[in-house]
Amino acid sequence: MDTSPRSLLYLDNVSVSFDGFKALNALSFVVAPGELRAIIGPNGAGKTTMMDIITGKTRPDSGQVFFEDTIDLTTRDEAGIARLGIGRKFQKPTVFESHTVWDNLELALNRGRSPFATLFYKLTARDSDRIDEILATIRLTGRRDELAANLSHGQKQWLEIGMLLAQEPKLLLVDEPVAGMTDAETAETAVLLKEIARTRAVVVVEHDMGFIRDLDVRVTCLAEGSVLAEGSIDFVSNDPNVIENYLGR
Amino acid sequence: MISASIRRSSHRNIVLFAGAIMAVAILVLALNLLVPAQSAFHVPTYAVSLFGKYLTYALLALALDLVWGFCGILSLGHAAFFGLGGYAMGMYLVRQIGSRGVYGNPLLPDFMVFLNWQEMPWYWYGFDHFWFAALMVLLVPGTLAFVFGWLAFRSRVTGVYLSIITQAMTYALLLSFFRNEMGFGGNNGLTDFKELLGFNLQAQGTRLGLFVASALALSLALLVSSLLVRSKFGKVLVGIRDAESRTRFLGYRPENYKLLMFTVSAMMAGVAGALYVPQVGIINPGEFAPANSIEVVIWTAVGGRGTLIGPVLGAVLVNLGKSVFTAEFPEFWLFALGGLFVATTLFLPKGIVGTLRDKMTPRKKAEPAAERPKPAVADAEPLAAE
Repeated sequence: MDTSPRSLLYLDNVSVSFDGFKALNALSFVVAPGELRAIIGPNGAGKTTMMDIITGKTRPDSGQVFFEDTIDLTTRDEAGIARLGIGRKFQKPTVFESHTVWDNLELALNRGRSPFATLFYKLTARDSDRIDEILATIRLTGRRDELAANLSHGQKQWLEIGMLLAQEPKLLLVDEPVAGMTDAETAETAVLLKEIARTRAVVVVEHDMGFIRDLDVRVTCLAEGSVLAEGSIDFVSNDPNVIENYLGR
Repeated sequence: MISASIRRSSHRNIVLFAGAIMAVAILVLALNLLVPAQSAFHVPTYAVSLFGKYLTYALLALALDLVWGFCGILSLGHAAFFGLGGYAMGMYLVRQIGSRGVYGNPLLPDFMVFLNWQEMPWYWYGFDHFWFAALMVLLVPGTLAFVFGWLAFRSRVTGVYLSIITQAMTYALLLSFFRNEMGFGGNNGLTDFKELLGFNLQAQGTRLGLFVASALALSLALLVSSLLVRSKFGKVLVGIRDAESRTRFLGYRPENYKLLMFTVSAMMAGVAGALYVPQVGIINPGEFAPANSIEVVIWTAVGGRGTLIGPVLGAVLVNLGKSVFTAEFPEFWLFALGGLFVATTLFLPKGIVGTLRDKMTPRKKAEPAAERPKPAVADAEPLAAE
């Protein structure tokens, strides 16, 4: 019998409003295990609110949010959801600036997170190898002992992605990973994300259409808190609704 | 690995510093005991007790540094925990007076006789025993911090709001301890102590012993703090200070970390208060005055928060200054203190130790200027951004 979940993430009819403004309006959205998905949409379409709901930062007014078919995410807090295996990358790179690159990754490793577990934590050879491996993936091996504050903007973005990898999530939510990056960094980030998506599901919110084309994945377009269109980038970008609402004529 | 070696070296510095404290303590003892009283190098016993008092202040500042410097909790009520530890010790000392009080009542402390009370309130039971009082020195501040922190951190109260409620907490204690009905001696507090564990508190040997105990407690606390902040636990604390939401989305629960650190810090402050009271001979509600807690913040800021060594130096230096100043120009002390805080914020945002540490760390190899962090941004916000 096949026991693997059919959906990794399942949002059904989710609505939430802030002071009367409907940020999400009956949003339904499914991510399959291992899928790489891009989300586009104009400002205020509800992209960040959707991420807030999935990661437990915001509670929906109505609707269901399930992880791996059965786990109700609306009853859990941020830390609990992170421990289930959902990682989140913020729009603005958020790393621990006064820690070294290495320490940032050590903190992100998927190990005991209670105060007592960390109090008595000893770095094992296995953990050390894992950190080295991630350093290589995010191309920061040479800067492992630098303070994160000293990294360039693009390197901070990668460090944050590396931290998410260390967390070993099943689902990675990435908010505008290439905002403020150079063209070369953007191209490299696309390669990095595709590499990551080989072993886990990734949802990317992005404005940069060139980047989305580079990723070459299924695209969901949000507008006014619900799904406007879903499909390949060519299909979505030819949809008259999408052109009307987002791409402009 | 550079980061590990920096961390090792900073731990080594703290071990050396704790050793230096003990060495200075022994030197002070020697100057008191071995140098004849007429010599210019003789340290009189009253001065030894004064230094002992500074050391308890240093322990209090260290306790504050653990929560403020490493966890971003700017507590403006840490003197409350110090005061509670002091009261627990004071209650034991009062019970040791026995029938030698002014009223000669063998069962009740003087102030209760004065208030015409017939029996001791229930919460005074047990304080005849030193072990019980010692336990309360830890448990009373620890419990208050735990309950307070549990409510505040779970509700995600942070920054200025948290600082204000810690200030309100110490003010509430001030007002309640002033009341005679509370049963802690009201306005006058607890005083007229005679003995501690059978040793006469006026005797030179006892005073020297208390001074050494203060130095030992401070050194030990420094070592424990260094181990704490150097562990992964300590790294998570700093992570919470710098980017709390990031720690949450990595699966940590910041409220638990803050709660543990706040409680441990309060207990440390309680021990400091318990060592303070027998050396100054009195504890009264004035210890809960909000200004006291703010002074602790100034010591810590002057010495350098988040450095462990800094707050210790800051507490001793500022209080030395205070002793000199209040003797020479008593009316100007508060201006000097305020000026010191302004000057520290403007010119030494990292405090004495933080600034020295920056100077001594060799510059990393030249990097493109654009990539340099702007240190001022991270440090100009110790008060505002939390």
